[in-house]
Amino acid sequence: MSSISNKIDKIIPKSIKENIRDYGMYIALAVIILIFNYLTQGLFLTPRVISDLFNMTGYIAVLAVGMTLIIVIRHIDLSVGFIAGFLGALAAILSSRFGLPIWLIIPIVMSAGAIIGMGNGFIVANLGVPAFVVTLAGMLVFRGALIRITKSQTIFTGNDAFNAIGNGYIPDIANIDGVHLLTIIFGIIGIVLFTYFEARNRQKQLAYSLKVSTMPLFIAKILFVSTVIMYFVWKLASFRGLSWTVLIVALVVGIYHFITKHTTLGRHIYAVGGNPEAAELSGISVKFTTHIVFASMTMLAALSGILFTARLQSASPTAGTLFELDAIAAAYVGGVSASGGVGKVTGSIIGALVMASLTKGMDLMVVGVSYQYMIKGLILVAAVVFDVRTRNMKSKRI
Amino acid sequence: MSGTVLRHIHYMPEGVVFMAKNILEMRNITKEFPGVRALDQVNFQVQEGEIHGLVGENGAGKSTLIKILGGVHSYGKYSGDIVLGEQIQKFSGISASEKQGISIIYQELALIPEMSVYENIFLGHEIERNGIVNWNETRIRAIDMLKKVKLDVHPNTKIVDLGVGKQQLIEIAKALSKEVKLLILDEPTAALNNDDSENLLQLLKELKLHGVTCILISHKLKEVISVADTVTVLRDGKTVHTMKKELSEINERDIIKHMVGREIEDVFPKRSNKNFGEVQLEVKNWTAFDKKLGRNVVQDVDFNVRSGEIVGIAGLMGAGRTEFAHSIFGNFKGYQLSGDIQIQGEKVNMKSPRNAIKNGLAYVSEDRKGNGLILETDVKQNITLANLKQISSAKIINKNEEIKVAEKFRKSLRIKTPSIEQKVKNLSGGNQQKVAIAKWLFSEPNILILDEPTRGIDVGAKQEIYTIMNNLVSQGLCVIMISSELPEVLGMSDRVYVMAEGKMIGQLPIGEATQEKIMSMATV
Ligand SMILES: Nc1ncnc2c1ncn2[C@@H]1O[C@H](COP(=O)(O)OP(=O)(O)OP(=O)(O)O)[C@@H](O)[C@H]1O
Ligand SMILES: [Mg+2]
Repeated sequence: MSSISNKIDKIIPKSIKENIRDYGMYIALAVIILIFNYLTQGLFLTPRVISDLFNMTGYIAVLAVGMTLIIVIRHIDLSVGFIAGFLGALAAILSSRFGLPIWLIIPIVMSAGAIIGMGNGFIVANLGVPAFVVTLAGMLVFRGALIRITKSQTIFTGNDAFNAIGNGYIPDIANIDGVHLLTIIFGIIGIVLFTYFEARNRQKQLAYSLKVSTMPLFIAKILFVSTVIMYFVWKLASFRGLSWTVLIVALVVGIYHFITKHTTLGRHIYAVGGNPEAAELSGISVKFTTHIVFASMTMLAALSGILFTARLQSASPTAGTLFELDAIAAAYVGGVSASGGVGKVTGSIIGALVMASLTKGMDLMVVGVSYQYMIKGLILVAAVVFDVRTRNMKSKRI
Repeated sequence: MSGTVLRHIHYMPEGVVFMAKNILEMRNITKEFPGVRALDQVNFQVQEGEIHGLVGENGAGKSTLIKILGGVHSYGKYSGDIVLGEQIQKFSGISASEKQGISIIYQELALIPEMSVYENIFLGHEIERNGIVNWNETRIRAIDMLKKVKLDVHPNTKIVDLGVGKQQLIEIAKALSKEVKLLILDEPTAALNNDDSENLLQLLKELKLHGVTCILISHKLKEVISVADTVTVLRDGKTVHTMKKELSEINERDIIKHMVGREIEDVFPKRSNKNFGEVQLEVKNWTAFDKKLGRNVVQDVDFNVRSGEIVGIAGLMGAGRTEFAHSIFGNFKGYQLSGDIQIQGEKVNMKSPRNAIKNGLAYVSEDRKGNGLILETDVKQNITLANLKQISSAKIINKNEEIKVAEKFRKSLRIKTPSIEQKVKNLSGGNQQKVAIAKWLFSEPNILILDEPTRGIDVGAKQEIYTIMNNLVSQGLCVIMISSELPEVLGMSDRVYVMAEGKMIGQLPIGEATQEKIMSMATV
């Protein structure tokens, strides 16, 4: 047994092994995409499918970002599905009945979401009711509220600008041979920024004489990531370009990634998840942090609701059904730990993409819905088993 | 494969030929973690029927060595041989080791707080048939075990309702219920007061008479000396010395010398110029009512501390000292409070630890794992956690500044870790304590409360921590030190308060304080 693990030690360099949990999800996503691409004879990696894949992930992806932090602080939020449905319907009404412009609807509805979330957070943190119960109750309440507000009917948004958020693409400055130029430019800006930050980070680490990867390895990494980004950007550009949905999700992920990595609030969230008592004694308000995390969750649920409504161009009385479970699954597939304090928002986005790729791929292969559910269930368990196993490996060997 | 019979013949001083058999031999054990070689070709022998003391500095590798023996680090994850009863053992896990009669009581207690005593004693090896537990039999056997460890509690009592001393005895009862041959205790008395420790050591001696061999790891050298037949010293992952009682080789001076590699003249460093200033913190008529317990955990306490002063709070376990600290440090446990608290002569109302920190207080918890540190995160993030403001602008953390700060403390407190990126849970117990202290020093407090600051810490590091305390007070800070170690209280304090049953029984200027006086006050 030990000789096998010794061999593995030799084949896989230590740095990769230590980060297997981080890379694992990316590898899994790549493998899933390649398998489907093979099974569908190259259909999966066509511009239309890729574009659609990203767009259909949008409203779950933003939920998964919020859910990540909820699970990091050892809670759960089951109410966000119907809250997204309810607030999506509210947005549709604000648009169709009151004729409000979309740039006004977004902040109004997201604020409403944040306020609802504070309520959840208050009951959890201040009254000490388990989040599972509080948000289960919320799920029922908002399911009812959704039926009420829609009067059991579908409400059309009746506004093109609104619908564009879910279906539209960013305008172009010049279209060359069917390739969306602005999208390409965004892609290049993305790569330049990525390279810049990576290089700056490496410089700083060197200045503090920390361990860094060797120069060739570093360049290889930059090249690899750039190629992958460019590949997908190219696919998007040769369809209709970057959609508003993808842009919004990218923005949300960017902001949340920054908050969790670089701000005191982010540090507090992970501390509360890691050991609430120690956090409290360190002068961190566990209550306040819990309020913020729940408020952020429902704020994102509002955004999710808007994206979904815009995508369907209407709000229905059943919108939001099971969104919360998709988001939770995405977070777990993306490597969030159920025991708290561990998990990245970027991981959850990859988790959401993995789940969406499965749906898309199996749709393309005309796999029946019944099998789709079973397969996705198995994948979820497999992902968590992988997570637990690698975690144990880490703590035993390191 | 060498499965040779290992017999050593010792000549007792009286000249009696005595055949002592090794119950355990560990040969050339090497264990590496990334960046650390925790054990380096360690050889370790334990004779049947003896009490064997295992000592060494924090991070020397003591816990790692016994984790290998206990199957926590299973076969293949270390190199070298474990020989038990003439056979090389390849433990695949904890249960394989237990099957051979090895039972380990780890540094961290492993009882389930919400379960009863009898459930805990037989947890994992329930008395059952076809998966159905025989609870009556369990209860009867549990009573037997409790008798063996001389513990007078009802088997239905929940673990949470027992003090640490009694919990420790329950751990031993649990080990005994497994037909233990080799009992290993990793710092069992670290959290115990004198009486409980005495009790436990006595028990070990009795078990020895019943043929149980015992390995005792402890930083309390006096205890080790009082019970051990043999002492092995580990330093930097190597066995550096073995001493035998029968050859009169065991004494504190030598142990320390081999542990630290130098002589330590004075564990309690002297402060040259004592300069007491204004009263910084004053508490009057302070009462804290615990709603859950339904009684006052702190009652009518008057207390003060001046700048430049180290005030000791002595007392028995459960005297309300920690509760007192909690209640003044932002009332973190939510007691109902009454009374006055003043900082620099001004009345304040500290509603949360956050608020207390703003008022210049810092509290190094006695329970570093439970509520002191975030074990899953690294050393640097733990150190900066209580004062992120210092290293961030506009709420954005300057990671470089963070690294600088953490490196500074790693050097000044000599925290033994391969890097400041190491997760705290991977540090040895003593080094975790240093991280906890670093964290609070970084919050630049005016009043530092230390709750059992040297629990589980080796002599060398103890002296370092005392030196730090002295430096702080000579800069005009105040230090409040809660401690169950009387020598420490007497050696470091300028004034000693004694607490019992939630009340301040009285205070003694250091000139008048003696062990006897304090004990008689503490046991009213
Ligand atoms: N799981 C782990 N991962 C990485 N390093 C570890 C791990 N466990 C122990 N170490 C390292 O191995 C060394 C020995 O640690 P060990 O816990 O055995 O020390 P110890 O002698 O028991 O100290 P103490 O008296 O403080 O409890 C330390 O440097 C520690 O940081
Ligand atoms: Mg130890």
